[in-house]
Amino acid sequence: MSVTAVRKDPETLTMTMEAEFDAPVARVWQVWADPRKLERWWGPPTWPATFDRHALTVGAEVRYHMTGPEGEVSRGWWRITEAEPPRHLVFEDGFAGEDGEPQVDGPVMVMTVALSERASGGTRMVLRTRFPSLEALQEMVQMGMEEGMKAAMGQIDAILAE
Amino acid sequence: MVVHRPTDDELDRLFHALADRTRRDILRRALGGGALSVSELAETYPMSFAAVQKHVAVLERAGLVHKRRDGRAQRVGGDPEALQTVHRLLDELEAHWRGRIEQIGALLAEEPQEDER
Repeated sequence: MSVTAVRKDPETLTMTMEAEFDAPVARVWQVWADPRKLERWWGPPTWPATFDRHALTVGAEVRYHMTGPEGEVSRGWWRITEAEPPRHLVFEDGFAGEDGEPQVDGPVMVMTVALSERASGGTRMVLRTRFPSLEALQEMVQMGMEEGMKAAMGQIDAILAE
Repeated sequence: MVVHRPTDDELDRLFHALADRTRRDILRRALGGGALSVSELAETYPMSFAAVQKHVAVLERAGLVHKRRDGRAQRVGGDPEALQTVHRLLDELEAHWRGRIEQIGALLAEEPQEDER
């Protein structure tokens, strides 16, 4: 498992990341399609995510919240715009208010997920995140992610040391 | 590497400057290295010289471009340092997604259930 390529385009505020996994496409799709699996990786380790509503069908509204180390809650939503299991998913991702519903005029990111079989076995996942504005990118990055990343790196070290 | 952390006021100016399509276009041209004059820029857009000058002033306050006098012309050059803020944010986003990919990898590395094989 590894990240094999990253492209960042400041002009269009887009990041594309390619990763490979030693698992068939159907299993990798499940980390998106099964909310209990999704919860185990969507939030940083110190901000675990809970998906309160979840379905990967076109038009479906997804609601989730992440809980921080001090008990603070950050809410978000997805709106599925394209879904072709088990290979293709496009959704909008934004911030939600305390009622869990999308913030009016809040920034909306567009995420594209593409899964394909690798010739040598396993799955390639290509993720593209596009931000509508620099402000949206800023807000996204500021959501407690630095702390989360430090904790994630600690977890990875622990796994590697086993 | 020490990265300059912009203040809230600096970020406000940066976001405001980048929130306008004409200003983004002016910035792209300025970063292109052409050092166009304000009059040349004014010919490009369906607006007055004064309006273009105002856009340039907003970009200048955000630290994205600088003006310099060249004979009678005012030339607009881009300041790549401000754009580094964008790069830094994209770097942080990359780090965040790398964290997620690691977590997906760990999840997939667990023993698959019978029905998933």
